[in-house]
Amino acid sequence: MAEPIDRTDTATTFEELPDAPPRRRLRLSWSGKLGVCIVAFWMAIVFIGPSISPYHEADILDEALFIVPGSDNPYPETDYQPPGSVAWLGTDYLGRDTLSRTLFGARMTIGISLASTLLAYLVGVTLGIAAAVGGGMTDSVLSRFNDAILSIPSIMLALVMIAAIGSTIPILIVLTGLIYASSVFRIARSLGLDVKVSDFVEAARVRGEGLWWIVTREILPNVAMPMATDFGLRFVYVILFISSLSFLGLGVQPPQSDWGGMVRENLSGLPYGAIAPLVPALAIATLTIAVNLVVDDVSAHAGGRLAKRMI
Amino acid sequence: MTLLTAMLRRTALGIMTLFIVSVLIFIGTSILPGDVANIILGQMATPDSLAALRAKLGLDEPAHIRYFIWLSDLLSGDLGVSKAGAGAGTVGTPISEMLIPRLANTLQLAGAVAVVAVPFAVTVGLLAAMYPGTKLDRAVTFTTLGLISVPEFLVATLLVLVVAVQLGWLPATAYISGQETGMKLVRALAMPALTLIIVASAQIMRMTRATVLNVMSSPYIEMAILKGVPRRRIILRHALFNTIGPIANVIALNLAYLVSGVVIVETIFAYPGLAKLMIDAVQTRDLPLVQACAMIFCATYVVLIFVADMVSILSNPRLRHPK
Repeated sequence: MAEPIDRTDTATTFEELPDAPPRRRLRLSWSGKLGVCIVAFWMAIVFIGPSISPYHEADILDEALFIVPGSDNPYPETDYQPPGSVAWLGTDYLGRDTLSRTLFGARMTIGISLASTLLAYLVGVTLGIAAAVGGGMTDSVLSRFNDAILSIPSIMLALVMIAAIGSTIPILIVLTGLIYASSVFRIARSLGLDVKVSDFVEAARVRGEGLWWIVTREILPNVAMPMATDFGLRFVYVILFISSLSFLGLGVQPPQSDWGGMVRENLSGLPYGAIAPLVPALAIATLTIAVNLVVDDVSAHAGGRLAKRMI
Repeated sequence: MTLLTAMLRRTALGIMTLFIVSVLIFIGTSILPGDVANIILGQMATPDSLAALRAKLGLDEPAHIRYFIWLSDLLSGDLGVSKAGAGAGTVGTPISEMLIPRLANTLQLAGAVAVVAVPFAVTVGLLAAMYPGTKLDRAVTFTTLGLISVPEFLVATLLVLVVAVQLGWLPATAYISGQETGMKLVRALAMPALTLIIVASAQIMRMTRATVLNVMSSPYIEMAILKGVPRRRIILRHALFNTIGPIANVIALNLAYLVSGVVIVETIFAYPGLAKLMIDAVQTRDLPLVQACAMIFCATYVVLIFVADMVSILSNPRLRHPK
């Protein structure tokens, strides 16, 4: 600082400016706290799941493990076994450990969904802000194109593309990312348009700031909070989407485990009361409901403006 | 006059969107590796026979020419013939013949869902919004949040587990031959329809509630409360008319959303509808059939959104004069 200033702490000074929004701390309700705990739990599983799981995801458990002491049957059934000391959550249709597959599957389902959502945001926010700032021809071309993509049901688009180019994990991530980029685009554009006409952007333009400065310093920080809320919702949609594709047999390919695929492959055990299809289904449900609980709290904190936009 | 202009503008936008969609679908299906000639000939493919068949099917034309031929055929109602249908028997079958029974099945399912889900969900959503914070409201909010955040196949799986396996009331798969009437038809439709009703109702309830609450927090409602208008009268006389547009929007959106719901549901229950036909067509790379199905789904979506827009404009005169 070249000039001596009488105020010691510039940060507090800015917060005390009369038109600065009051700083509120994010207060979580009990359901929000529960949501945070569950999300944190699954995120931890993504990283440590494979190392704490009792078996490998592709391991078909040995018959010897299931021999009941005192029984003379040396070849017991290993598929669709109920929970026990060998397999805590039972076994699946091939006799693999459901718990291990669920732990391994977390990495696949959550990892792919997170990567797709991040990609969707990278593409959607960049183009959306570009459309909002650019206006005119850029805006109308991008928006028309985007409307067209939005008017194709996403699952249809994915089915056609997957049949065309196959289904590997990178393809799945890129495809899902691009499909969901269109809804991110719409929200980023509309938020960007709101901010663009605000007085502080006008002021920045009048005092001669460059376009890049305005976008990175004025527009992006102001759309960040609503976008963060939307990120949570979008993440849930992507998890459901990826799981549905796997459930249709078009997502993650066996023997790698992922939650949607696990439900599908074990559906035949349902009539016999096997819990193998229910465990991964409940894993999906707990994760997505938890994210929603957190999002509800955050969006209430952001003034609920997002809720209106979602309709 | 202004109403007419607004309607014309929306119609033009809708047609424009459909045009872009048709280009996208055409490009999307054109990148499928290995063309239809390859698939039809299979092992018998020689360079000569491939070239001959491509010429016969018009596959040797450049892509943009094929697009315009396809588009003009489509507009004149000629959907073409299936080129590599599921099973060799369907090669050469006119697509419209294959589509119509499947489309009828899907419409039957969607219709049953709409007839039950829409009135039920709108009523419950309205009730929840009329009495916010009550037990009913909290129950609705919590249940619907749970339902919209789990995948459709979970709902379907649990339904099968409870209704078909535990209770044994209904069959777990839906086989429709087209001759069913009365109770048999109802039984065949019940499981897939119930799944979709649950999923769609949750969405509609949630959105209806949010929409009505949004209207209830507007200044003129506050004014009415302050001047002492009874609660019933506020809702029925002041709020209701202003929520018709948004609610119609919600309904149309959710009917459009059924399109992706049916893919999962038709697969789980082996329901012979249009979505299942499309998945089969994608697997056999039957380009004309994929294109036709995709166009039907997209056109349905665009039309429903158009209807939603129209209802909004009719119910809210301010939308007729976009600023």
